[in-house]
Amino acid sequence: MKIAVCIKRVPDSETRVKIAADGKSLDEAGVKFVLNPYDEFAVEEALRRKEQAGAGEVAVFCLGPAAAQETIRTALAMGADRGVLLSVDKIPADPLESAKVLAAELKSSSWDLILFGRMAIDDYNTQVGTLVAELLDLPCVSAVSHLDIEGAKGVAEREIEGGIEVVDFPLPAVLTTDKGLNEPRYPALKGIMAAKKKPLDIKPVQPGTGTLEIAALTPPPARKEGRIVGEGAGAVGELVRLLREEAKVL
Amino acid sequence: MTTLAVLEQRDGALRKISFEVVTGAQRLGQPVEAVVCGAGTVQGVDQVAKFGADKIVTLTNPAFARYAPEACAQALAERAKQGGYRAIVFTASATGKDLAPRVAAKLGVAVAGDLTDLNAEGDAVVVTRPVYAGKALLKVKVASQPAVLSLRPNVFTPVERPKAGASETVAVNVGPGRVTVREIKAAPAGTLDVAEAQVIISGGRGLKEPANFKVLEELAHAFGGRAAVGASRAVVDAGWRAHADQVGQTGKTVSPSLYIAVGISGAIQHLAGMRTSKVIVAINKDKDAPIFKVADYGVVGDLFEIVPKLTEEIRKLHG
Ligand SMILES: Cc1cc2nc3c(=O)[nH]c(=O)nc-3n(C[C@H](O)[C@H](O)[C@H](O)COP(=O)(O)OP(=O)(O)OC[C@H]3O[C@@H](n4cnc5c(N)ncnc54)[C@H](O)[C@@H]3O)c2cc1C
Ligand SMILES: Nc1ncnc2c1ncn2[C@@H]1O[C@H](COP(=O)(O)O)[C@@H](O)[C@H]1O
Repeated sequence: MKIAVCIKRVPDSETRVKIAADGKSLDEAGVKFVLNPYDEFAVEEALRRKEQAGAGEVAVFCLGPAAAQETIRTALAMGADRGVLLSVDKIPADPLESAKVLAAELKSSSWDLILFGRMAIDDYNTQVGTLVAELLDLPCVSAVSHLDIEGAKGVAEREIEGGIEVVDFPLPAVLTTDKGLNEPRYPALKGIMAAKKKPLDIKPVQPGTGTLEIAALTPPPARKEGRIVGEGAGAVGELVRLLREEAKVL
Repeated sequence: MTTLAVLEQRDGALRKISFEVVTGAQRLGQPVEAVVCGAGTVQGVDQVAKFGADKIVTLTNPAFARYAPEACAQALAERAKQGGYRAIVFTASATGKDLAPRVAAKLGVAVAGDLTDLNAEGDAVVVTRPVYAGKALLKVKVASQPAVLSLRPNVFTPVERPKAGASETVAVNVGPGRVTVREIKAAPAGTLDVAEAQVIISGGRGLKEPANFKVLEELAHAFGGRAAVGASRAVVDAGWRAHADQVGQTGKTVSPSLYIAVGISGAIQHLAGMRTSKVIVAINKDKDAPIFKVADYGVVGDLFEIVPKLTEEIRKLHG
């Protein structure tokens, strides 16, 4: 099994969002960056598939700034064989431009599977995997929470409202991974040491600007100051009255 | 110019979320053409006229009996390429999140997705989308023609605005595609998905054990079919509840009219999934729990005393 995994460096989900002076981006001072949690499912799945097959390669690709080498090392420490940093100063605001750069890089080899996370937890774009699949004209299943592969045929499950869709697809394919697919491993100390010696290529790239332009990044509107209605079961009568008369939701 | 609103159907019947797309699409101030992919006539599709569709187009192909990602994308992209569309608007449902980027890529653009607001400003469409787990809003100028957009469910409340809704059926010639839905394993009958419920009662670790979720189910039941039971990640990871019920960053994003958080502390990743709910109620024994910071109404105390009492009161209202 030859598997490519695309991973993104994102701010930790606990990050307190401070808006930078330009009013359009995150102030990165003091922000802790991590491997996107959904991409951990993708890396884990790739490692398991390779382990099951008993042979193959897991390569990780990351479009990001120089600091994203750290993110790649995390995936290498989990067990990936090699990494490629498509190096830019800034990740483009238009996800199609990221997808084009990733697709161009992935095209130079043939893969049995190309895995992505379902979404990046910073920009919530939820599309780079699907866009890459379209650019490479590969079959794609998004938000996979269960996967069976036999030979060149796969069956994936994806959650939809009120049920689960069972999807047939041929390999090679692009999949985007959702929670539930697996439990990602933590890099062991041995893995972390080994990762330092694994190959990490750095290739400068020049993505286009695309058609999505960031106009502003703002704090969400503050919710109207809430209030404590009271304590214990005795407050329920008043709560119901407020929900009926003030909030008008009952 | 026209705005193309992409409707959703399942098992040959229109999904109600389609009305939100038609309502949201009108925000761009252009006539709205509603389009649906179906194996034949889609039951209920004519209803979108009531919500403001000037024209209703059904694209038919045998592959459309179930969601056919590649066939649908091809049919919609071909329609869009006929030109004259200012925007193509999807819903950011499970299907819409899969379909919109496929269509967008075929048109050479990206999706501006999961929108909570959209407006036409000159030649551009300006949209707002929550990012960083809802801790910030990103305002984006979409310069492409057409703009490909998807709307966050439950944000664009359907508004009745009757239009002609002249209907047209077009048989499209597309193959079934390489990716095919073999079956849909339906959730047990009578369970409403959290993504679609108007009222959500979510439980967290404060419930203490899985069997206690019965208390929440009874409250949901008292709302008479409008309510679903949701869960925090802590209880999903513990195996108490299904992942389909999880609300939050690694679960579902919901915007019901009423969200009741019971025994949930209100971690940032939980808030990411529910902070756009219209009214939030929190029930927690810790008066300093962060959930009270986003709740419109809070009750401090033991959920095992409060929730049964609330159930009783709601039953009286609906009884
Ligand atoms: C990458 C990442 C993604 C995540 N994604 C999600 C997600 O999608 N959704 C999500 O929910 N979390 C998510 N989390 C986890 C999140 O950080 C919290 O750990 C989780 O939400 C806590 O769940 P909880 O509120 O049920 O439990 P706790 O934090 O343990 O809170 C339990 C609450 O119950 C109250 N309580 C206890 N007994 C009673 C009683 N008898 N009556 C009333 N109140 C009582 C307590 O006061 C407490 O506030 C994520 C975390 C990470 C790192
Ligand atoms: N800059 C990037 N480098 C590598 N992979 C990326 C990048 N951006 C997004 N991806 C991949 O695409 C997935 C979806 O991202 P997004 O569409 O931005 O939500 C992520 O989970 C990653 O797998």
